[in-house]
Amino acid sequence: MTGDAMSADAATAGAAIAAHELTRRFGGFTAVDRITFDVRAGEVFGFLGANGAGKTTAIRMLTGLLAPSSGRATVAGYDIAREAEQIKRRIGYMSQRFSLYEDLTVRENIRLYGGIYGLGDREIRDRTARMLDRLGLEHAADGFVRAIPLGWRQKLAFSVALLHEPRVVFLDEPTSGVDPITRRQFWELIYEAAAAGTTVLVTTHYMDEAEYCDRISIMVAGRIAALGTPAELKRSFTVPSIDDLFVRLARETAK
Amino acid sequence: MRPILFLARAEVLHVVRDRATLAQCLIVPIVQLLVLSNAATFQIRNTPTYVVDLDRSSASRGLVTRFAASGHFRVAAQSASLDLANDALLRGDVTMVLTIPRDFEASLVRTAAAPVELSVNAEKGSAAGIVQAYATAIVSAYAAELAAVHPRAVAREPFRRATIDVRTRSWYNPALNYRDYMVPGILVALVTLIGTLLTAQNIAREKELGTLEQLNVTPITRGQFIAAKLLPFWVLGLVDLAIGLLVGVLVFSIPIRGSLLLLFGAATIYLVVALAIGLWISTLVETQQQAMFVTFFVMNIYLLMSGLFTPIDSMAPWVQVVSQANPVRHFVTISRAVLVKGAGLADIARPLAILVVFAVVTLTLAVRQYSKRTA
Amino acid sequence: MSALAGLVRKEVFHILRDRRTLVVIVAMPILQVILFGYAIRTDVDRVRLAIVDPAPDAMTIALRARFDAAGVFDTVAVLPDARSLESLFKRGTAQGAVLFEPGFAETLGRGLPANVLIVGDASEPNTGSIVQAYAASVVQTYAQEQLARGPTLQIVPTVRMRFNPTRQSSNLFVPGLMAFVLTIVSSLMTAISLTREKETGTLEALLVSPLRPWQIIAGKVAPYIVVGFVSVLGVVAEARLVFDVPLRGSLTLLLVEGVLFILVSLSLGILISARTSSQRVAMMGALIGTMLPTMLLSGFIFPLESMPLPLRAISVIVPARWFVLVARSIMLKGTGLAYLWQPTLVLVLMAAVLLAASTRAFHERLEG
Repeated sequence: MTGDAMSADAATAGAAIAAHELTRRFGGFTAVDRITFDVRAGEVFGFLGANGAGKTTAIRMLTGLLAPSSGRATVAGYDIAREAEQIKRRIGYMSQRFSLYEDLTVRENIRLYGGIYGLGDREIRDRTARMLDRLGLEHAADGFVRAIPLGWRQKLAFSVALLHEPRVVFLDEPTSGVDPITRRQFWELIYEAAAAGTTVLVTTHYMDEAEYCDRISIMVAGRIAALGTPAELKRSFTVPSIDDLFVRLARETAK
Repeated sequence: MRPILFLARAEVLHVVRDRATLAQCLIVPIVQLLVLSNAATFQIRNTPTYVVDLDRSSASRGLVTRFAASGHFRVAAQSASLDLANDALLRGDVTMVLTIPRDFEASLVRTAAAPVELSVNAEKGSAAGIVQAYATAIVSAYAAELAAVHPRAVAREPFRRATIDVRTRSWYNPALNYRDYMVPGILVALVTLIGTLLTAQNIAREKELGTLEQLNVTPITRGQFIAAKLLPFWVLGLVDLAIGLLVGVLVFSIPIRGSLLLLFGAATIYLVVALAIGLWISTLVETQQQAMFVTFFVMNIYLLMSGLFTPIDSMAPWVQVVSQANPVRHFVTISRAVLVKGAGLADIARPLAILVVFAVVTLTLAVRQYSKRTA
Repeated sequence: MSALAGLVRKEVFHILRDRRTLVVIVAMPILQVILFGYAIRTDVDRVRLAIVDPAPDAMTIALRARFDAAGVFDTVAVLPDARSLESLFKRGTAQGAVLFEPGFAETLGRGLPANVLIVGDASEPNTGSIVQAYAASVVQTYAQEQLARGPTLQIVPTVRMRFNPTRQSSNLFVPGLMAFVLTIVSSLMTAISLTREKETGTLEALLVSPLRPWQIIAGKVAPYIVVGFVSVLGVVAEARLVFDVPLRGSLTLLLVEGVLFILVSLSLGILISARTSSQRVAMMGALIGTMLPTMLLSGFIFPLESMPLPLRAISVIVPARWFVLVARSIMLKGTGLAYLWQPTLVLVLMAAVLLAASTRAFHERLEG
């Protein structure tokens, strides 16, 4: 069941993210096909789909890295096509491939991003201390990032993405390759951020993580095939788990 | 301003901590400088010569001795066989064959004139002309010497002292040393390679690893990003120039006749061009390997057409015009003018002005070309 | 054997289909030869001359006219004194200068020797020497014609310029330039095939196929040999048609040697591609990074005899050095295999060694 068509006033209605018929084509191939959805402030929104379904492309458009072929979207109230630089001030991003420089120390990484986002020296110092304390990484603060195990690195990257207190944070497969315990700790961090008012849009191909989200969307072949709370979707599609829902939707599209 | 400083600081840390990049910046240029400076020479010295002396007289032997003692020629072999001599010339064992005919001395005594034949391997073009000039000079000098010693053989003519005394001077390089010409040019090549290659490679690597994306998502403007990227390499380029100069002076004793301040000032402007080109290249490629390839390809063209190895004045006229669009050419001219000829600001005003224009244009184009968003 | 044929056919298909790259590979060497052929020269055809004539008289003016008439000099300035001469040299406006003394004709009229000073800008040594030699010969010819001679004994040299009577430096450089551009196009072809194979991941697929390593190598090299041959043909044609470089020897021999040289360059590339990815980047970097220096050590621009011994020793393992030698010999001296068997053998050996090393590297990939 696709989402209701949102009117263009979704932006003024205070949605943190609002997309309307957002599309991206690469030559003859349509990677993102007229997706329409919105995310409310403080929500934890799960952006699900298989690899190659178009999730990363959609995120790259929402973060201003990729221009849309057609359609509209706003993030934190700003238009992604015309006001991309305004958006960048107010969002955080944790990409799939990379987040922290491995040949810099933890402290140096934090300083770098703090400086880029325009934080003052005192602010950087205070927030660094708080972050390291929360994550329990004071002992590793002056070591190179590459010396820290993957799970810790991911948590650190997430915290750094929040360093400048953005309104919306985009997480692209943040828990890939991480053990279940660390995954759970990561999600605790996500809940903390959401509780503080930050909107979180997280993509994942772990369907069990869908249950942790307030609402989810499932993308299949560039289109949004399902949108709603996990409970709603399980009820309306009569499936026991989101995983089952995903398999069914994928099979339907393949036909 | 602050974002630039923070990012530039991180860049410097990256470079300093990456052993491969450091080696590329410091060691490779020095090695190339040493190798290239030794290889790059058109010097004509000890031209191997095959002597075919068919006369075997004291006069002919005297001539051969003069050749051997001149320092320009080396008697590699001597025989009475013209065929063997030709063979050696063909094989490339000798560059010149000096043939003295059978009645050389007798001719001199009887008619105050005698012929000799010089066969020069002219493959090397203008070098052959120089060999010829040396050889004919030795021959005339020997003739004058003989005239003084054998008055009997001299043609009888009223003696007049009215002659034109021609003296020649070689300015800037009396020793005719190719190092002085090549090293200032090679320094330019090094600085260019560092500036362009490192920039292109560095940004291409960020693209490959995905770190570039992370920066594109931040509010940092492309102007700030580019400034932060270019600043460390700018400094690095100047450091390399300084190191190269030091090596040039210590190892090759190149002259520094002009103002070093002027040279480094020009280098500062030139580096902007080199870096901007590196930046532009990085926007065209996806991987480090491609960056390397494109840079070397482009650099090869620039270097070979810059008057670095072969003089601009020798190029075909249309190529000389085209080379005006080559920033390397102008910095090579400046480098040689300042170091070897002691030129001042007024003397290099024109190439310097051209470089300034280049700097503005290339930087603007490169910045324009760089986009934080893929269209 | 049919597996090998299939591999070759696939590779050829890839090459032909990628029209743009094909055009680049064929056009690039041709364009480079034109560009560099006109750029890499050492001839001194015209000299920019400054004249310092403090007290012009009939003789100095006559001499100045001789300079103009010589067809080599462009008089860029006539100065009353030497004060601004330096800045003309520093700017590069003048390459040489002729300085007369005042009272030139008068001194000669009184039967005394008069002075002419010839200055050459020797920052480029050979140009400086040539400028001086040309200028001096103009003055000396004038002196010989106008003034009675003192005691004379003449040894008259006849000079024959062999192998390059026109003494055009392009006859020297263009054959070497051929080696240079062929090296570049070979490494380009290697890089292209590497990139494609990396993108499609076919190397591993090839390795686990029933094809033997030598067949894989043959399949990779063969199609590019044909492209390389087209390059060789184009480059030789250019040398003849555009630059009038003579071809006194056998065209067939030259083409065969050219293809042999390409084979050596391609083999080097194959060896690099046989290595694993991380090594490959390093080796590729080394190859490209040393391209310019090795070209300079091949005798292409700078004569090998002028280089110090260690560099001459290194040049022995530079394949281009041997082809430069062969190309020049065939084109300028008209030599045949009788003289050239040695460099040819070296090239053959190099190809054999590189191909063998590639085969072994592929074996290792299979086992390790």
